[in-house]
Amino acid sequence: MSTHKRILRYDQAITEATFECMERDPNVFIIGQGVKSPWYVGSTTKGIQDKFGVTRLIDTPVSENAILGTGIGASLIGLRPIIVFPRMDFMMYAMEQLADELNNIHYMFGGAMTAPVVVRSIINRGGEQAAQHSQALHAFFAHLPGIKVVMPASAYDAKGLLVAAIEDENPVMYIDDRWLYDISDSVPKEHYTVPIGKARIRTKGNDITVVAVSYLVPEAIHASEILAKDGINIEVIDPRTIKPLDTKTIICSVKKTGRLIIADVGWKDFGISGEISSQVHEMAFKYLKTPIVRIALPNTPAPMSKTLENKYYPRYTDIINAARALLT
Amino acid sequence: MNTGAIKPSTLITLYTDMVRIRTIEEALAQKVTAGEIKCPVHLYSGQEAAAAGVCHALKKTDYVYGNHRSHGYYIAKGGDIPSFIAELYGKETGCSYGRGGSMHIIDLNVNVMGTSAMIAGTIPLAVGTALGIQLKNKKDVVVSFFGDSAAEEGTFYESLNFASIHSLPIIFVVENNLYAQHMHILERKSHDRIADIGTHFRIPFSIIDGNDVGIVYQAAMDAVHRVRAREGPAIIECLTYRLRGHVGAIDKVSGTSITDIRDIKEIEYWKKHDPISVFHKKYAKVCALDQTKIISIQNKIDTELNKAFDFAHTSPYPKSSTLTYYVYA
Repeated sequence: MSTHKRILRYDQAITEATFECMERDPNVFIIGQGVKSPWYVGSTTKGIQDKFGVTRLIDTPVSENAILGTGIGASLIGLRPIIVFPRMDFMMYAMEQLADELNNIHYMFGGAMTAPVVVRSIINRGGEQAAQHSQALHAFFAHLPGIKVVMPASAYDAKGLLVAAIEDENPVMYIDDRWLYDISDSVPKEHYTVPIGKARIRTKGNDITVVAVSYLVPEAIHASEILAKDGINIEVIDPRTIKPLDTKTIICSVKKTGRLIIADVGWKDFGISGEISSQVHEMAFKYLKTPIVRIALPNTPAPMSKTLENKYYPRYTDIINAARALLT
Repeated sequence: MNTGAIKPSTLITLYTDMVRIRTIEEALAQKVTAGEIKCPVHLYSGQEAAAAGVCHALKKTDYVYGNHRSHGYYIAKGGDIPSFIAELYGKETGCSYGRGGSMHIIDLNVNVMGTSAMIAGTIPLAVGTALGIQLKNKKDVVVSFFGDSAAEEGTFYESLNFASIHSLPIIFVVENNLYAQHMHILERKSHDRIADIGTHFRIPFSIIDGNDVGIVYQAAMDAVHRVRAREGPAIIECLTYRLRGHVGAIDKVSGTSITDIRDIKEIEYWKKHDPISVFHKKYAKVCALDQTKIISIQNKIDTELNKAFDFAHTSPYPKSSTLTYYVYA
């Protein structure tokens, strides 16, 4: 196999993974609201209908719960649907199927049934879209036993994790973020997977461990470049999978640095940052030189006005400030 | 529908409100294109007859629930215009203090209840308000406005059922504009009507030309009369068309059609059959709407709107220190 690599954008990587899996396995199909639209899913399904036809790319009525259930039902006899929710906020309509049926199917019947679905949910926020068009609910989904949750933050991982999610025998929530669609990096043309449940160390450093999620990964990398000029070396860890969390990689790094900043794209209260913090306390308390610092959304719905929005969403500057404060 | 009985002065009021809505919406389209307004704006142009016709059949104290495309009801129900414009600019003086934007507008002085961006999201809220009215033994009426795609959500049917079994004072007004974002209704449903579901729930319904404000007004008056008399809920389906695209001003009207997949011939057809054109053809003579009157109405609206934009422009943004205001838990 050649190691042909090209630079692809995050959204192109999603499209390529989808194409590839649909070509390899006739059981893979896409169902969801807006999937045939030129813009609604950020062009990530571009060209798929032309190649595979309307039987394998099904645009749907505005009926989230029924559509998720329909996808799950198809998966129970061996199909592999990618069920797309172009805006995560609207997924709340599908909670019965997600949080009563899908999460429980494998356990409740002693493993007799599996639901190999990918629930692809897009975070789409900013631009003064306000409270109902902005939510990042990954912690909510990760709370449910029985569902894996991945959040790729590079084009490479966007492809590799989507392929892994489609090939997984049980439900995987694949959360992509529109704020990442413009980032580009090297993506192999060939079939490959990124293992679900494995973090990736994005920058090496000995001073502070920074666990960053989703769009805060590129922000953290940017922060690391600026901090390096001051002689502060942060180790940026991208968990890539929120559940199951690769605690081992995080703990290893914390044992080395003794300091931890967690930067999450969701709310701080009862979220991923609290979970990571607890796990580190449980397993590496004696290695911590300073209290853990969490950077996340304040306990507030997404505001509309730009003055409020600018303050609401964390950026690389928040990571820089937190890192400097930890070392003074 | 007997529109002959509508008083000329009422017709002028209905016309004025439709022009007010159109003027505001098209002014907003320009501000959106210019990048002055950044929040998602779902323009109401083309559907004015539904808002004007229904809201004028209501009392100030009756309740209205809307959706993501709610400017029309807000304006027709008598919502405050300056604070509405300020809200779209994200200003502290906005009707939601700059927290909500175009999809979350409110004016409790005229019982325009807060609008939601979620499809069908306010339908059960409207039912609940109707239940409250019944429990309090009041005579108010609730109108729940929603689009054709709301009838794809289960909550629509659940709400109809509950309203029906309790004979609640609510009118479900579905504005069937044929499209949900990029999809035609016949791609989403096996037929292109919504209101006939009323048969199943024993709710009287009417399916009407939603671009004829006289017909809408008359249908709403009939429904309000019955609903206020505690005869149970009603459904009115207004057949209409949005002239603009789903969101913003990127559409075939402005020549930037990236997201607008509709056939230009279809848009042209509906432009000729839009509520204001229909009004001119059918009602102008009846209510003596001549050129002088048209100009005077337009001038008054323009003046009012300019003041509202000035108010919005000169208003302050919310202070970033107030980010967590109104968070109660």
